[in-house]
Amino acid sequence: MNHAANAASFVANEDRAHWHSDSVWIMRDRRDRAAHAIPEWETLRGLAAQIKSHTLSQLADYLEQFEENAMRMGAQVHWARDADEHNRIVHGILERNHVRRVVKSKSMLTEECHLNQFLHKHGIDVVDTDLGERIVQLREEGPSHIVAPAIHLQRPEIAELFHEHLGMPLDATEPEELVLAARHSLREYFLEADAAITGVNFAIADTGGVVVCTNEGNVDMGTGIPRLHIACMGVEKIIPRAEDLGVFLRLLARSSTGQPITVYSSHFHGPIRDGELHMVLVDNGRSNILKKERFRRSLNCIRCGACLNTCPVYRRSGGYSYGYTISGPIGSVLAPARDMKQFYTLPYASSLCGSCTDVCPVKIDLHHQLLAWRQEIASQRVLPWSKRWAMTLASIVLRNKWFYRSAGFVVRTLLQRLPRSLVYSRFNVWGRQRELPEIPSQSFRNWYRKQSRDEKKLQVRHRGSGASASISPNTRHY
Amino acid sequence: MPSSKSAILAAIRQSSVEPVELPDTFGIGIVYDDPVARFSEMVERVGGDSLRLPGWEDFVDALEELEVYQSAERILSQLPGVPRANVELDAIEDPREMNYLDLAILPGEFAVAENGAVWVTDRRINHRVVYVIAEHLILVVDASQVVHNLHQAYQRIRFREPGYGLFISGPSKTADIAASLVKGAQGPRRHHVVLVGDGPGT
Repeated sequence: MNHAANAASFVANEDRAHWHSDSVWIMRDRRDRAAHAIPEWETLRGLAAQIKSHTLSQLADYLEQFEENAMRMGAQVHWARDADEHNRIVHGILERNHVRRVVKSKSMLTEECHLNQFLHKHGIDVVDTDLGERIVQLREEGPSHIVAPAIHLQRPEIAELFHEHLGMPLDATEPEELVLAARHSLREYFLEADAAITGVNFAIADTGGVVVCTNEGNVDMGTGIPRLHIACMGVEKIIPRAEDLGVFLRLLARSSTGQPITVYSSHFHGPIRDGELHMVLVDNGRSNILKKERFRRSLNCIRCGACLNTCPVYRRSGGYSYGYTISGPIGSVLAPARDMKQFYTLPYASSLCGSCTDVCPVKIDLHHQLLAWRQEIASQRVLPWSKRWAMTLASIVLRNKWFYRSAGFVVRTLLQRLPRSLVYSRFNVWGRQRELPEIPSQSFRNWYRKQSRDEKKLQVRHRGSGASASISPNTRHY
Repeated sequence: MPSSKSAILAAIRQSSVEPVELPDTFGIGIVYDDPVARFSEMVERVGGDSLRLPGWEDFVDALEELEVYQSAERILSQLPGVPRANVELDAIEDPREMNYLDLAILPGEFAVAENGAVWVTDRRINHRVVYVIAEHLILVVDASQVVHNLHQAYQRIRFREPGYGLFISGPSKTADIAASLVKGAQGPRRHHVVLVGDGPGT
């Protein structure tokens, strides 16, 4: 997995890269307007961060409280250490209920666990019902954005897909007709489903309920007909009290798409009449992140996507370049925690501009964590030898003034005389998209020394002519 | 081998996370001069239509003015006195029967000025899918039941017993096709909120 290599194919189509960047920026722009309309916005961010930090400090207690209350409400609670156990639990529940057709509402956790593929192997059809998820499912892809899974696709591509799968005419490219076609097709699946699987946005410890947020209403369509609902969640989704939802729901949609709240915020306490509600609590590496003090705060994440929308690297390289279920800055922090060797390039997929940290509604110090991952990756010697060797060399040169000065001299004199083919050879990775600046004829040090000498001469001359030294304030500050 | 539950809890308890106090959220939240007006404005902004009536006696007349009512054939109403209502929720066995419902007219418990959301539950509703399955939806709320913000909203809701509750803010929508916003994804394509009576505190 190499982010830069993956991104290269995306940016090869320059028009698409710009179009993608603009589409994603629309969400960031709307987020700004929504945030600025709330005078207490910063207070909310502070509260949200503190509630999350508090919850993490007593996470095990809150999980036990949640389980107890969820059971009191009539739900059944399951615990899964990893993705495989999660998938087996879900499959077991479906088997016991003789389920063949499942409708699923968007859940990044089940993507993380590759649940669809697992169930498919066991003969159970899963249909993703969020429109964006359905589009990428038909294309046999994963989501490229955590809240807008098909944001990388242009209308003609979706028209082609719907032509192939839903029998739409190829020239049907208007969003309204495409949405209508998907609505009719998905409605059939909703009516025929034996069970619904959903994700969870928030799990309330003191009531034992879960809250799921959507704009399309697919969670409510999906769970409103069949008698079986399985809600899958990471253990970090817990919040202590129902009143905390006031803080989180106010932040979530505004940070995400700039809406004041999602169209549907569905609260489930116990099962549907004569039905079953199962909740699967999944660790899958989260307790490991909790152990790492430096990266613990990444568990605050409420999956709004604001850091993706604002990230100059995400916008130009697309979600798939990250090679991980969750892309963008938050994905670059979470992925190395799962497998540092595989995902070591992700913390470098950032300019460290800090915009992600600024927009994060739960105040995750994203760009600091990205830097901390770089330190971790470097100290664990995960970087390729070329980078390590270059860093070691740079460190030697920069630490010794004689090496530094002679290196400067060599570059100034030699570089200009070398043929272009050699300077921009395949070893110069930096020079692939960039031109070196014009090489100055002297070093800054020489220039500065010369300036100081000239100035002294000037002062002497002025003093000699009897004029005041008022000329110097302008020339003297460096 | 320990159970997964005890293994996960033990792994979590291994980390010594510095204690952080749980903050109080009481008393925060934006407050409006005229929350009912603000609510109506927000309903329009999220893609719905809002209508304000002085009293219940005007309800049927107002309903008959609405295009979604005029054009509907199969109408389900949980409000009394709707002349053309012809689908009885309590008579429905299988919720799939509601698939061809043109219009659902349902009461909302209260509304939130800040975000145009209406709180509904399955307390007196046999099939909760009724909130999303009809082509169009009309929610009817007593105008005295408008709160300013979501914090006040959660002060009102008590999850003491099993049940389903839902904030609805606008028609079902999606921006999943090339970031253009389209109304009517999986749920109702048009969304009306009718506010009846005087606002709070008047």
